[in-house]
Amino acid sequence: MRLTTAGSAWNFAGEIVGRLTADNLPQPVRGEYIRFFGQGAAQVGDLAGYRAVLSHDDFLTDLPKVDRLRESDHFRSADVVVLDGATGFVRSLYRPYEQHHSLFVTERCSSNCLMCSQPPKDKDDVETLATRNRELIKLIDPALPYLTITGGEPTLLGDHLFRLIDQLKTSLPNTELHILTNGRTFAWPGYAQRLAALNHPNLCLGVPLYSDFPGEHDYVVQAKGAFDQTVAGLHQAARNGIRVEIRIVLHRLTIPRLVRLAEFIYRNLSFVEHVALMGLEYVGYTPRNIGELWIDPFDYQSELEKTVRYLSVRNLSVSIYNHQLCILRPSLWQYARKSISDWKNIYLTECQSCGVLEECGGLFKWGVKKHSEYIHALPHSS
Amino acid sequence: MARSFYPPEAFSPRPSQFFLLPFRFTRFNDQELLVNEAGEFLLAPKGTARGLVDGTIDTTSALYKDLKAKHFAYDDTSSPLLDVLATKIRTKYDHLDGGTKLHIFVVTLRCEHSCHYCQVSRQTASKDEFDMSRETADRSISLMFDSPASHVTLELQGGEPLLAFEMIQYIVSGAKEQAEVRRKTLNLVVTTNLACATDEMLLYFRDEGVKVSTSLDGPAFLHNKNRPRPGNDSYERAIDGIERSRVILGYDNVAALMTTTSTSLDHVKEIIDEYVRREFHTIFLRPISPYGFAVKTKTRTGYEIEKFLDFYKQGLSYILEINRSGYRLSEIYAQILLSKILTPHGTGYVDLQSPAGEAWNVLVYNYNGDVFASDESRMLAEMQDWTFRLGNVHRDTRHSLFTSEAALNMFEASCNQSLAGCSDCAFQPYCGADPIYHHATQGDMYGHRPTSGFCTRNMEVIKHLFSFIEKDDPLTMGIFWSWLTGGPVPTEGLQCA
Repeated sequence: MRLTTAGSAWNFAGEIVGRLTADNLPQPVRGEYIRFFGQGAAQVGDLAGYRAVLSHDDFLTDLPKVDRLRESDHFRSADVVVLDGATGFVRSLYRPYEQHHSLFVTERCSSNCLMCSQPPKDKDDVETLATRNRELIKLIDPALPYLTITGGEPTLLGDHLFRLIDQLKTSLPNTELHILTNGRTFAWPGYAQRLAALNHPNLCLGVPLYSDFPGEHDYVVQAKGAFDQTVAGLHQAARNGIRVEIRIVLHRLTIPRLVRLAEFIYRNLSFVEHVALMGLEYVGYTPRNIGELWIDPFDYQSELEKTVRYLSVRNLSVSIYNHQLCILRPSLWQYARKSISDWKNIYLTECQSCGVLEECGGLFKWGVKKHSEYIHALPHSS
Repeated sequence: MARSFYPPEAFSPRPSQFFLLPFRFTRFNDQELLVNEAGEFLLAPKGTARGLVDGTIDTTSALYKDLKAKHFAYDDTSSPLLDVLATKIRTKYDHLDGGTKLHIFVVTLRCEHSCHYCQVSRQTASKDEFDMSRETADRSISLMFDSPASHVTLELQGGEPLLAFEMIQYIVSGAKEQAEVRRKTLNLVVTTNLACATDEMLLYFRDEGVKVSTSLDGPAFLHNKNRPRPGNDSYERAIDGIERSRVILGYDNVAALMTTTSTSLDHVKEIIDEYVRREFHTIFLRPISPYGFAVKTKTRTGYEIEKFLDFYKQGLSYILEINRSGYRLSEIYAQILLSKILTPHGTGYVDLQSPAGEAWNVLVYNYNGDVFASDESRMLAEMQDWTFRLGNVHRDTRHSLFTSEAALNMFEASCNQSLAGCSDCAFQPYCGADPIYHHATQGDMYGHRPTSGFCTRNMEVIKHLFSFIEKDDPLTMGIFWSWLTGGPVPTEGLQCA
């Protein structure tokens, strides 16, 4: 599923965030809408009150518009998009019909993980994205159960992050927030207190930890002292009543001490409410470092099973993300989650005849290029 | 603008040397068992402790990574995370927070049983002589709530407390009233043989939220032999009482404890079978306390501790077999020790703590107002040994009880961290100190470890449990974990590979 497209932008500078509609709405309710015209759609003249116009074809209007789009088939009514006045880029930010939703808050990061799926960029995008997200949040359905705040490293937003969470607390009070952070900033005295003081009723940090041995974790995240900061940060968070989840990406560098890492978590971070064991994504930095990172998931089943058993007998909640059922040992199936966002989720040709396709989380779309050698169709279970 | 990557050496430089954090160790089978200050352990090759001390362990080896990750050693390439270690240690000592939580009220010494192992009970109908007075009850309740604990448990004991049912009612209503005034949570338990329990009494316990703890020593022949009473029907009355209590109070509000006498030693399976037959899901294979009867007889513990250990190991193995068949039955002593060994948490169990649980975790208010550091210390007092009488409710305050000569002498010997033979024992974090036991059996609160029954028993049981941990059979460990977490008992067919 496509996320971006581009066309020609006219009549505006900066960004416009709005909700798409292909229908002709009554004038008083047009304020937050961008009127969308698909390929060959009949153009109408009465456009007063819309925030902007988005059109596949050439379109004549004085309103802010992006027309002559390269692609427009992926748009549906009620999608929230951002139009860039400088480049004509149109990015889909929120699609109500999808399962997983996130706020992308910055491309900057204090770490530089070998397998980062979203490599950091050293440019200051904080203000732009903060403004964009402020508008986006106003357009999100308050019934949304779950929203991820991701980057980059969200805590690099400084005060903007606190403002964002405060806004979410007011406008989406029932939505559970999941902040994906490397946790290092939380080691600073006072940081966790500030977040806790916002009193968000339903917030959890998702923090990666890659080894029980500091040097190994620091190497994976390419940052000296990161392990110490993350562990200290996790303790600070817990001490301030902030819930935390640990996320571990499985690859050749993290598998050898995986059981020991589970042990470290149980003994030193017994407050964590969930441990997610995640398959490697073949995107971002991963292809560059694949020689060092790759281990066929089939070849780490024994370590994975031991780790899952270690955690589950201790009543620690554990899940496996981004793994195909045909690769996982049957004892692990109950821990596998369909975790891949809809727009990047695919299945292989051989999957089409699989008996458990419905239950399987499938692959990342970039997994087509690199995946386990052992993926195969399974017979129907019953 | 792409960033560049740095090689492993840039993040994990080889430390020039490493430094030690506190740990203890022992030889265990063909390995060494190292235990850190927070009770985390590592089974490592022989020579590891020496290598640590000599600084010769290869800092690039997997062993070194284990040692560093488990807080045995640290080096100059990263922080020793001492805050994290401190948090782990603090968590282990959580039970100390809040002060005395268990308060035992001896409402009467009268009892219609004449058990051999009990020296405190009296066969008399006279209420005046051996029952707690209202004045004593009032003062005891007040002292109980003077403990800083926000949750307290009041255990009504005897003798047979049901013989003084009116006093029970008086104490329960008085304690509830005070609990409200002092804004504390109050749990109530009555320890009774149930022989004289009427339905009216049980209905009262139900209405007042008083849990029942009773005795069941095994099948009829054994129970009745251990617990003589007129009519020789202790067992029948206990079973009848358990059934009625469960109906009236609810299954979860009725617990049973057993005492191991020398007669019991040959019947561990029958005892366990009796608990299963009666649908209990916990059993506590407890040795007899070396007080009362036991000290007066020639063998000081009533039997050799080695015999008890055989009994215990046989019992534990049979209990595991029962669990494997799908019936949940946990052995409480193993559960307490496993919790100390395998989990980050401590336990509230009074008899295996350092500092010892006496006074800090439990206080006993005798019928006549005397306050003791534990149930065992009042048994000693019944034999004219007043060493552990901290004071009397009519004369003392919580402050004067805890600063009495008796208390201070006892506290001196209450920390196994500083007892000879314990301070360097690998099992110190899992074990406790028991000045009262050592005073009673060895005439010295500090005690002599090589000849101590307390030490022998705990060393053996802990080693026995470690042998299971070393084998790491998924099914056995799964059963142990189900005891610790309350999760489902894994059975043979269902285990993970």
